[in-house]
Amino acid sequence: MLYFDRVSKEYDNGNKVLDTISLTIHKGELVSVVGHSGAGKTTLIKLLLAEEHPTEGVVSFNSDDIHNLRGNDMTNYRRKIGVVFQDFRLIPNKTAYENVAFAMEAAGKHDDDIREDVPHVMDLVDLKDKMSHFPHQLSGGEQQRVAIARAIINRPEIIIADEPTGNLDPLNTYDIVQILKKINDLGTTVILTTHNKGIVDNLGRRVITMEDGRITRDQKSGKFTM
Amino acid sequence: MKKTLWRRIIMAGLRGFYRNRTVSLSSIFILTITLSIVTSFYLSRAIFDYTLDQIREKVDVRVYFTVDATPEQVTDIEAKLRGLTQVKTVTYTSKEAALEEFKKKHEGDQLTLQALDELGSNPFGASLSIVAKDTSQYEAVAQQLSVGSGLLGDAAGAVDKINYYQLKDSIDKLNNIIGWTNTVGFWLSMLFILMSCMIVYNTIRLAIFVYRDEIAVMKLVGASNMFIRGPFVVEAILYALTATIIVLALFFPATVWLTKKTVFFFEGMNIHSYYTSHFFELAAMLLISGTLLAVVSSLLAVRKYLKV
Repeated sequence: MLYFDRVSKEYDNGNKVLDTISLTIHKGELVSVVGHSGAGKTTLIKLLLAEEHPTEGVVSFNSDDIHNLRGNDMTNYRRKIGVVFQDFRLIPNKTAYENVAFAMEAAGKHDDDIREDVPHVMDLVDLKDKMSHFPHQLSGGEQQRVAIARAIINRPEIIIADEPTGNLDPLNTYDIVQILKKINDLGTTVILTTHNKGIVDNLGRRVITMEDGRITRDQKSGKFTM
Repeated sequence: MKKTLWRRIIMAGLRGFYRNRTVSLSSIFILTITLSIVTSFYLSRAIFDYTLDQIREKVDVRVYFTVDATPEQVTDIEAKLRGLTQVKTVTYTSKEAALEEFKKKHEGDQLTLQALDELGSNPFGASLSIVAKDTSQYEAVAQQLSVGSGLLGDAAGAVDKINYYQLKDSIDKLNNIIGWTNTVGFWLSMLFILMSCMIVYNTIRLAIFVYRDEIAVMKLVGASNMFIRGPFVVEAILYALTATIIVLALFFPATVWLTKKTVFFFEGMNIHSYYTSHFFELAAMLLISGTLLAVVSSLLAVRKYLKV
C-alpha cells in the first residue's frame, strides 16, 4: 500500500534527517513509529502527506509516486488520508461540527450525508453533546477527539496520527488510543508516531524504531525499546 | 454539485466575515479610508474641472468690425465662423447693442456720456465674440481670421481689429496651466492608486497571515484550492461592499456641509448636487475598484499559503 524506496531527506543547511529509508506498510496494519526527538518520525509523516519532498528516493501510495501528484490528483490523494496532529490543528473559528463537516464539504459530499454522518462520528468519539462548541471551549482531549472525527469522517484508507497523545493526560491518552485501535479494527491502516512506551507496549502491533534518520528495528509485534 | 460548492463557499465567507469581526473591521476600516480618499479625489477633480471650465468660458476672441461694415458682411463672417470645427459658440453684438452696453457700463459717468452725445453718431462697430471648444484652439481660429486666409474674403476691410493678439499671452499661460495640471493630476492619481493598492494589499495580507495554519490544514484534509480561496474572496467582496456603503453614507452629509462652506468660493459649484447627480456612477466606481482591490489582494495573499 505505502512504499518508501531508499528515501533520504536533507535540508539546505546540510542536516540529513532521513537516511536511505526503505519501508512497506500493508493495508489494514497498525504501525507505531517510535524514536527520540529528532529521529526523523515527523519528517517521515511530512513526506507521506507531501508537505515535504524527499531529496532522494520515492514514496509511493499503491503505484503512484505521491511527490509527482499535482492539482486534483494531490487533492484526491489527501482525501484518502486522515491526519491527526499533536497540536490538533482544528480551525478555530469553526465549531466542532463544522470542523468535521469541512472535510466532507471539501470532498464534495452531499448535504444529507453530512447531516447524517457528522453526528454519528461525533457520537463515536463521545462528543455529540459538544458539537456546537468552538475549539477554545473544548479540553485538549476533546479537541483531539474532534481531530480524529475529522480524520475518519471521509472513511480514509490511512489514518496518520503524529504524536496524537503528546499533549494529553493519561486518561485522554487511553481514550484516543482505544479510538485509533477501533478504527484499525474496522480495516483502516493506522500509522502512529509516539514517545509513549505504555501505548506501544499495550497495542502489541508492528513497531518501527528510528534513530538518527535510520530504521534500526522493525518488529511485527514489538515493544518500545530504545 | 457546482451549485452546492458555490453555496458552501458563500456561506463559509459570510460566517468568516461575521466570526472574525476584528479582522473584518480592520480591513473595512482601511478600505473605507482608501475609498474616502478616492472619493475626495473624484470630487476635487470635479471642482477643479468646473473651475477651469469657468475660466475657459471667460476667455473669448472678439472680432471688432468698422463702423461702416454692413450687416451682410458681419453675418457672412459669422456663418463662416460657425462652420469652423474649433468654434464652440459665436455671439453677435450689434452696433446698437454695443452702444447700449457702453452706456450702461458708464451710467454714473456723466462726463463720458456727455462726450458720447457730442459725437452725434454711434462710434461703435458690431462685434463677434468667439468661444473655442478648447483654449488651445484660439490660435487656429485667429489664423483663420487673419488677412489672406480666405475666411474673411472680400470682407477683410470691414474688420477693425481682432483682440486675440492682445490676449495671446494670457491664453498661452492658461493653456500651459491646463496642460501642466492635467499631467500632474494624471501622475498624482497614478501614484495615489498605487499607494492605495499597496495599503489595501498589505492589510488583507496581514489579515490572511493569521489564517496561514488553517489554510495548510484545509489543504491537508483534501480541500481544493478553489474551496479554500472562495470564502476569502467572499469576505473581500463584503469588505468592499461595506466600505463603499460607509463612504457613500459619510459623504452625503459631508458634501452638504462642504457646499454651504464653498458655494461662493467656487462660483456657484454645488458639490452636494454634483455628488447626488453622480451618486450611482460614484457608487459603481467605488464598489468595482474596492472589490477588485480587495479580491486581488486576497487571492495574492492566499496563494502564498496554498503551496502545501
